[in-house]
Amino acid sequence: MTGPSPILEMRGITKTFPGVKALTDVSLTVYPGEIHALMGENGAGKSTLMKILSGAYQADPGGEIRINGRPVVIDGPLTARQHGISIIYQELSLAPNLSVAENMLLGREHKSGPMVDRRSMEEACGAVLDRLNVDFKPTTLVSELSMAERQLVEIARALIANSRILVMDEPTTSLSSKETEALFGLVRQLRADGLAIIYISHRMAEIYELADRVTVLRDGSYVGTLAKEEISAEKLVQMMVGRDLSSFYKKEHNAHGSRGPVIFAVRDVGDGKRVHHCSFELHEGEVLGIAGLVGAGRTELARLIYGADRRTSGEIFLNGQPLSINRPEDAINAGVVYLTEDRKHLGLFLDMTVRENVNLSVLGRDARAGGVLNLKAAKDRAIEAIRALAIRVSNDLVNVGSLSGGNQQKVLLSRLLETQPRVLILDEPTRGVDIGAKSEIYRLIDDLARRGVGVIVISSELPEIVGVCDRVLVMREGRIEGEVGGTDHPPITQENIVAIATGVRKAAA
Amino acid sequence: MSPADKTSTTVQGTGAVSADALAQSNQRRMAWRSTLQALGMLPVLIILAIVFELMSGRFMSFQNLSIVAQQASINIVLAAGMTFVILTGGIDLSVGSILAAAAMVAILGSLIPEWGMMGIPAALLAGLILGFVNGALIAFGRLPPFIVTLGSLTAVRGLARLLGGDTTQFNPQLPFAFIGNGTLFGLPWLVWIAFAVVLISWFILRRTVLGVHIYAVGGNPDAARLTGIKVWAVLLFVYCFSGLAAGLGGVMSAARLYAANGLQLGQSYELDAIAAVILGGTSFVGGIGSIWGTLIGALIIAILSNGLILVGVSDIWQFIIKGLVIIGAVALDRYRLKGSTRT
Repeated sequence: MTGPSPILEMRGITKTFPGVKALTDVSLTVYPGEIHALMGENGAGKSTLMKILSGAYQADPGGEIRINGRPVVIDGPLTARQHGISIIYQELSLAPNLSVAENMLLGREHKSGPMVDRRSMEEACGAVLDRLNVDFKPTTLVSELSMAERQLVEIARALIANSRILVMDEPTTSLSSKETEALFGLVRQLRADGLAIIYISHRMAEIYELADRVTVLRDGSYVGTLAKEEISAEKLVQMMVGRDLSSFYKKEHNAHGSRGPVIFAVRDVGDGKRVHHCSFELHEGEVLGIAGLVGAGRTELARLIYGADRRTSGEIFLNGQPLSINRPEDAINAGVVYLTEDRKHLGLFLDMTVRENVNLSVLGRDARAGGVLNLKAAKDRAIEAIRALAIRVSNDLVNVGSLSGGNQQKVLLSRLLETQPRVLILDEPTRGVDIGAKSEIYRLIDDLARRGVGVIVISSELPEIVGVCDRVLVMREGRIEGEVGGTDHPPITQENIVAIATGVRKAAA
Repeated sequence: MSPADKTSTTVQGTGAVSADALAQSNQRRMAWRSTLQALGMLPVLIILAIVFELMSGRFMSFQNLSIVAQQASINIVLAAGMTFVILTGGIDLSVGSILAAAAMVAILGSLIPEWGMMGIPAALLAGLILGFVNGALIAFGRLPPFIVTLGSLTAVRGLARLLGGDTTQFNPQLPFAFIGNGTLFGLPWLVWIAFAVVLISWFILRRTVLGVHIYAVGGNPDAARLTGIKVWAVLLFVYCFSGLAAGLGGVMSAARLYAANGLQLGQSYELDAIAAVILGGTSFVGGIGSIWGTLIGALIIAILSNGLILVGVSDIWQFIIKGLVIIGAVALDRYRLKGSTRT
């Protein structure tokens, strides 16, 4: 890197938790006006490093943090802020019941005498928001904003605090591709303004598009830093996992290209609001993708099929027999299960053990007379699930809340698989999951399809859809707008999917 | 939560060293934590007992301990029901009033010729029905538990007065008076009943599918529904159980007093029951807690009342000290188990 001296240097950072060394001698150098990507599997130490930078954790003695060449001690979030460091977390930390301006200046309210000076606050915030070119006002309530807009508020909050170093932790997780584009434009603008941006992401495409340099961590250690021209997917994957991932996506179940019989059919399903007249068929051993922009109604459709929400029209058939699904338990009993996209809030019981989480859906089936738990069956199932899905956990009585994203997802998948489903609906199965666990989940999907399970994969990651699916339905504004793959449809490519999803082209149905 | 608190919960997520070290530290920490959690408030209970023994010299006698247990028994029964409710993230403010109504039913029932002992099942049924009404409003009407049971706190109190014609009802020949005053193998019947309720509660919570579902509903109601758990059935059950426990408490009160008074009986018992549950380490938002904690919490409250009387503290100061001890003990508990408990 030529030009100015680094704005941030972290050197020899080590962090030990009781009994665990989370970081070992990690270094990171960031220059003003650069977008520096930080990559690594979940558990590689990215979050710990960023928590040290933000003052949430203290590094072990011996390391050094320099800002603009001067050594500093960051002993709390306040000090970090004083040094111009702002972090935008995955889970946004805004108060939805307050206005944009109140959120931006939380803890630093303008005052005239003892009173809060709202007008001055709103003016100051308005100036920053103008710079970000947003179409909401400082007085808007945060609860009225979309996820993408809330992210902008977070960024505006960092700007109004005069931050020079901005850490963004997976900022695009909940954004549509259009919103992502807008965010990228903004990030580039901030770079041009001379901010240093540390960008954490799992998505290769984003790294290509944005990053000036990439630093990779693995198992709490520094692996290396690549300059823009050196960045390639193979190289990054290799650095992150320490080995080659020759066949990242697996599609062996459909080696002969032949189709099994139709096992599951959905006819004219809708809720009168966000999903309209959706019909499709799923074959035995088929992996069917559902693509579309965020808000196209994919999750809503899945929830209607699963009985999580009330549908106003439509019928569902399994092996030609109509199913009466009004509640999730009806679907589970029929062999149709759904993996939620929001595993922390809608999937897992974070205060309960791995054993309990794995067994929850089958406790009743295993129980002895009178609903008495079969403790041995539960233990056996949990241990077998940990083995089969290679869940990294010391034993099955650990609370799920303490596991990494990938391992949590595997626990949730285990719970679904314990019910021996015929039809599996996976909503964003690899969201917030590290690259190693991703490939394991793809292998699992392939394996299930080979055993005859019908798998529906909803995903916003197009490479994933293209990589794992035999056929893809594309949704737009609550309707199934077209189909790619299969015999009489255009081939599965990202371009074909995007064209239908954005309404550029109607698929030849 | 301050950053330091999070350390213990995020170690596994961020840690990366060798799998062995991780597993080892996990096991050590889990063992340590489960010991702490199992002990819970027991140290506080023991310290209180020692202090009162040193100050009065007669606290630790078998006779006095038996009295303490007897005084705790009704609260233990109510608190057991309350534990179920709070584990689902709810609250039942109506147990004191239900106790009064059920006691009234027990006395009036025993006064009916030929009925006698039938007063007991009648009172239990009354408690169950009132609990069912609470549960139905909460599970099907989707009303907030606090509001529903606050309403029934008042309404059922009125019902109890109505049943007894707003006077105290006596039955000097109460056929089940032995429950309130007799002993079995040297221990009061009331104590045996309370212990049986605790055991049954433990069994339901830890050894049945329903118990796991109760924890699941309290821990994450949305996920519980998506997992196929009948959330409405779980909610209905816990309020029925709490009502039934309050009905049993009514039988115990009536048996002890040979009488019931709709206006005074069970006044503010719900507060003692809630205090026992919270002292026992059960999370107010649901999903975390145990019946053993509740038992210890109820005993702490009973020891405080008994010990302060023995030591000769005035009635007014008893209230003040009891309240402060409850707050202090819970604060201590939270401090000790930082990072593992949320309230």
